[in-house]
Amino acid sequence: MIRFRLEQRDHTPVWLNFILPVSAILAALIICGGLIALAGANVLTAYATLFLSAVSTRFALVETWVKATPLIFTGLAVTVAFRAKFWNIGAEGQLLAGAMAAAFIGARPGLPGWSLIPGMILAGGLAGAFWAAVPAYLKTRFKVDDVVTTLLLNFIIFYAMMALLEGPWKDPLSGYPDSPDIRMEAEFPILLRATRLHLGVLMAVLATPLVWILMRHTALGFKINAVGENARAARYAGLNITAVMIITAVISGALAGLAGVSEVAGIHFQVMAGISPGYGYTGIVIAMLARLNPLGIIPAAFFFAVIITGAEAMSRATGVPVFLADVIQGTALVTMLVALLFNQYRLRWNRTA
Amino acid sequence: MSPPVPLLEMRGIRKHFGTVKANDNIDLRLYPGDILGLLGENGAGKTTLMNVLFGVYHPDGGKIFIDGKQVHIGNSSDALALGVGMVHQHFHVVPRHTVLENLMVGQKGNFGRLPKAAIRKRMDDIGQRYDLSLDPDVRVEDLTIGQQQRLEIIKALIFGARILILDEPTATLTPHETDGLFAALRAMAAKQMGVIFITHKLNEIRAITNRVVIMRLGKVITSLKNDARTSRKRLAELMCGQPIHPPERPVKTVSDASPVRLSLKNICTTGRARTHLKDINLDVYGGEIVGIAGVSGNGQKELADVIAGVLKPSSGQIYINKQLLKQISPGIVQALGVGRIPEDRTGTGLITTLPLSDSMVLPRISEKKFNRSGFLKQGAIRQFVTRLIEQYGIKADGPDIRTGTLSGGNLQKALLARELAWDPQVLLAAQPTRGLDVSAAQFVHQKFMDLRQRDRALVIISENLEELFEISDRIAVMYEGRIMDILPVEEATVSRIGLLMAGVREDAA
Repeated sequence: MIRFRLEQRDHTPVWLNFILPVSAILAALIICGGLIALAGANVLTAYATLFLSAVSTRFALVETWVKATPLIFTGLAVTVAFRAKFWNIGAEGQLLAGAMAAAFIGARPGLPGWSLIPGMILAGGLAGAFWAAVPAYLKTRFKVDDVVTTLLLNFIIFYAMMALLEGPWKDPLSGYPDSPDIRMEAEFPILLRATRLHLGVLMAVLATPLVWILMRHTALGFKINAVGENARAARYAGLNITAVMIITAVISGALAGLAGVSEVAGIHFQVMAGISPGYGYTGIVIAMLARLNPLGIIPAAFFFAVIITGAEAMSRATGVPVFLADVIQGTALVTMLVALLFNQYRLRWNRTA
Repeated sequence: MSPPVPLLEMRGIRKHFGTVKANDNIDLRLYPGDILGLLGENGAGKTTLMNVLFGVYHPDGGKIFIDGKQVHIGNSSDALALGVGMVHQHFHVVPRHTVLENLMVGQKGNFGRLPKAAIRKRMDDIGQRYDLSLDPDVRVEDLTIGQQQRLEIIKALIFGARILILDEPTATLTPHETDGLFAALRAMAAKQMGVIFITHKLNEIRAITNRVVIMRLGKVITSLKNDARTSRKRLAELMCGQPIHPPERPVKTVSDASPVRLSLKNICTTGRARTHLKDINLDVYGGEIVGIAGVSGNGQKELADVIAGVLKPSSGQIYINKQLLKQISPGIVQALGVGRIPEDRTGTGLITTLPLSDSMVLPRISEKKFNRSGFLKQGAIRQFVTRLIEQYGIKADGPDIRTGTLSGGNLQKALLARELAWDPQVLLAAQPTRGLDVSAAQFVHQKFMDLRQRDRALVIISENLEELFEISDRIAVMYEGRIMDILPVEEATVSRIGLLMAGVREDAA
């Protein structure tokens, strides 16, 4: 009889860090291939359309990067928070807070034109930071569970936003629940003519190495890691856990807020109900896929953007429903969590008589 | 007469981890009625060998026989079915459940009904046979450490263990609890069970075992009968492979002229902890070591937390170098020159999942030495940690290795190096040599003596009385959150300290 069991590894080989996410994604694609077959399409054709359509033309490639932008921001937001074991499930809400603040500032008629873009970035970041600092304060001061608070605050801000959109921000002409458009001067400049490659994309790509430097080369990043790995030891060593936790939340929330700013100033120029199709939640999957390494966020977010944009082309070409994109995302999270197990354990085969 | 069939025989057991040979061709025999001492320093391979026997690890080679028949032990259930039981250093109990509920885990009843009555009866039997009784209906979280260990032993017996492995069972017991454990082990041996007793405490080997197997660096060095010729010194030298020299305590007189480095005045605490400090007054002078004795849970932990700045007293004052603390936090206390070696090395000391270098600069990361306007000076950090690794002889593959891969003794050296690198005025150490082997413990004691020579003040909390008598200048005894008395070591005897630990004052006795 052959049995296998898990045994703890003495050390983790370097190559494993690359193999694990790749095999997790492959496993997810194989599992979802079953669904494509059930939908009656050729699995290989469907996947070929899915992946090629998102990167094959210059336009499609730019669109994929545009799609990846909010995911990079929310992925980074979750990464920073999870490093400190601040379980921020609220990037979605912080994104909405940032978007609302940006839409508010961007539509102010009284402000000088040059101040609009910096003002939106600042206000959006602060709004996201505030919305994340609230649960962090509750966690450190009253030991309120952060998973619950960050999650529930998403709904509070979403319905607050809807109340605004149905009330004071409602478009008086069309009657749609869309906020007033931001001013022309508030729109992010386009970096590549005749595309939607806006300033936010550049900001997201630049934010990634900055977060990496923060986590890897600064005393603050050191403290965030230490608090996350062992808060008690950090406290005994004289670190101020409350301060570290709240600063972590502020950075995380600000990053998520910037996702909202970028969507408002770069894409929609207003706030409406569907401004985020769950970018905050997808950020969690991306952060896990990147194994909480900031440098892993860009490839992970890009991969997800490919699936999201490619799913529509695939749907048109093969008739497989677009929702497959959501299934792939969810499956990838599960396979990645399983793969993470092999980071610390390995399979050992026993041959017994 | 033919020799009796061994209850257990292990032949040629080999197990390696990476390039380290943890077990290199180990032979071991256990006869019915044996209490076999398995003696060796940390990393000698004792625990690995027992984990092989209990089915936790798979040997790379070798055979195991029970009652003369070769057996295969694939996992712990196989081991239990073969009558092998193990009591680990860390107990595997469910704190919120009762004793009875804990004992039912893994037991099968009829038609899915829990075998409550049967287990109660087994508990009574075991209680009478081996003098091991416990109240079945009390919650495990309300048991003392000694009682929890008893629960683990009863659990193994209920599974039908005939071979009982105990991994450093006395590390957390009081002298009295140790006596109780020994009585139970003797009763088991008298009923023809076999006991394997892993330890590195030599006096226990002398007291309880009939045979000793000594391991060093993955090999069996020798196996000998425990008789009059097996002196402690001989055992120690066999175990370490080198002669042993206990640390010298140069005579030092602390006069009124010596500076008071740490002073606690009327300290009381409140809060959730089980024990509250009540009116603690303690002055520690430069150049002296004050040992804190007491049965575990009588306020030593709270006292350590107060000195470390983690626990804020509800009333009273703390002076460090005559300076009154107006605000108390671990950071403030550290800045005033208090070094801390917490009891729980990997819980409140080092961070097992981070690189060793991170663990070792953790308390000082905000200092200019490691930090230029918020950015880490990676070079300085590496250099600092590499130097400490050399200076303290820490066995670690460089500063980047994960902290958790170090052995207990090396973790303690790392913690010691981390705190002593800043030349503390006051050093607080809790259970500084718990779980350490003889040479590592000696190393720690030598460092304490060096600090004492340099007029630093040391507060050493320990449940090991022998240790306190060896290194302290004065011994304070805690009982129910109070300091019962402070005796100069010359006037202290084990019986005087023992009475105070039990809460009896001499004038009352």
